[in-house]
Amino acid sequence: MTTHDLVILGSGPAGMAAAATAVAYGITALVVDEQPAPGGQIYRSIESTPLKERRILGDDYWHGKALVDGLDDPRIDYRPGTTLWQLTRRLEVGLLQGGHASMVQARHVILAHGAMERPFPIPGWTLPGVMTAGSGQILLKSAGLAPSAPVVLAGCGPLLLLLAVQYLRAGIPIAALLDTTPAGQYWDALPLLPGALRNSRTLLKGLGLLAELRRAGVRHVRHVTALEAEGEDRLERVRWQCGNDPEWHCLTTPLLLLHQGVVPNTQVTRALDCAHDWDERQLAWQPRRDPWLATDVEGVAVAGDAGGIVGAKASAMQGQLAGLGAAIALGRVSEDKIHGEVKRLRRDLARETAIRPFLDVLYRPAVHWRLPEDETLVCRCEEVTAGEVRRMAEQGCRGPNQTKSFTRCGMGPCQGRMCGLTVSELLADANGQSVAETGYYRLRPPFKPITLGQLATAAEDTSG
Amino acid sequence: MFKRLSLPDAPAQKTVIVYFDGRQVTAQDGDTIAAALLSAGVEACRTTPVSGSPRGPYCMMGVCFECLVEVDDIPNVQGCQVLVKDGMQIRSQHGARRLG
Ligand code: FES
Repeated sequence: MTTHDLVILGSGPAGMAAAATAVAYGITALVVDEQPAPGGQIYRSIESTPLKERRILGDDYWHGKALVDGLDDPRIDYRPGTTLWQLTRRLEVGLLQGGHASMVQARHVILAHGAMERPFPIPGWTLPGVMTAGSGQILLKSAGLAPSAPVVLAGCGPLLLLLAVQYLRAGIPIAALLDTTPAGQYWDALPLLPGALRNSRTLLKGLGLLAELRRAGVRHVRHVTALEAEGEDRLERVRWQCGNDPEWHCLTTPLLLLHQGVVPNTQVTRALDCAHDWDERQLAWQPRRDPWLATDVEGVAVAGDAGGIVGAKASAMQGQLAGLGAAIALGRVSEDKIHGEVKRLRRDLARETAIRPFLDVLYRPAVHWRLPEDETLVCRCEEVTAGEVRRMAEQGCRGPNQTKSFTRCGMGPCQGRMCGLTVSELLADANGQSVAETGYYRLRPPFKPITLGQLATAAEDTSG
Repeated sequence: MFKRLSLPDAPAQKTVIVYFDGRQVTAQDGDTIAAALLSAGVEACRTTPVSGSPRGPYCMMGVCFECLVEVDDIPNVQGCQVLVKDGMQIRSQHGARRLG
């Protein structure tokens, strides 16, 4: 088994910045990423995107170029198309590349594997033709693929607006933007506005997107309170209600893209059994970290959105911080020596993230978007409904590991990634306990599908 | 569901031919399997073990596992994470095939 000083999972802004920072201290970094090219989801396909006209994807996208160029450093061993299927508390790292499994030993690990979109369980969300806004953006950036008929976008949050504007600029017709931001939330977020003004650039950008949609005359339906996807074997129609109006509205469309914010992808930190806390403002789990972004597992730090949603720029700053933390942990520099640099970095980070409380409150999905009605599927893989989860709570299930053993909810191929948040919140609500008390699935490797034959070759690495 | 934008300034991509359940699909070099299928009008790539309902790619970022297909006889391949290769034989997955 080969030993690496530093293994970084993910080549988004946090991972790339961490690598660039660490190598400056003479550390060689192994950067692994499942995607075929660097950039993470935010700068996805930046080197190869067919959308060369800069205004379509916007300046914030092209901003990632410098970071991606930084990966081209001989001291960085960057391995795209490489999946992490295992990580132990002794920092043994299981990798799978092109069907070949191997194990390496790390001395320090930075997890920078980013966020995923929050589950958006509505009736019909499993029909082919219903996808996420993130997936629409990935198809656009990576393959120049766009909806072939007027698309319906639904939900809330900055990514949804950004995608709408990118489609608009690329000349793609939008049938409607169904906005689920609750009416009162603008008022709730208002007191947080002064803090947000510390990062006025991001704020103005958001307002600019809204203005661009308005000028283009996109049908922007506000205060949507109910939403359903309908069709036989695929999506045919989208139906919705607004405010307290009982009337249903309907649009025929082959494609509905859903989005209600992003949450940290905690699959790996959970499987490592790191301590996690429930963040009531972001309505998500976050691995518990110290000021150096280190978790409670010795030698493992988490940078970027994987530790709590901060956005691309702050993720890169956290990557730098974690890279410096690695340099200290590996004895390449003393804390005193970089004191000034760290102080500046923390100050910039505080300014960059000052807008988060405002965004978190403004785009917080209302409770009925998180706790769906009884008939709605919450576990897509094993097809378990919200009602079944509630019934199990009535029968005494307190946490998601109990419901899992009764219904297989969370035991399908996605290992609970798509239902975990919903199930924890449903059980907490039904049992009248907090989400923190309710807890989350206990997870085990492999994180990703791996065959027995592949496992056997990896085992040779550990014994050899 | 999806079409390829005609972008005058995009570099020309090599065409890649793959097969989905025996049917020929024209893709572009650099496409993931899921992107290639979506652009070819394939909506569902598997059916669920429980009710047999059709499913297609949902997240495109490796999280939902709805894009599982069989590729050159290897089952449970995440179509959104693997790039197309000339001659690839992709098959839809049906029924009970548990992971791990
Ligand atoms: S589409 Fe979600 S994992 Fe591939």
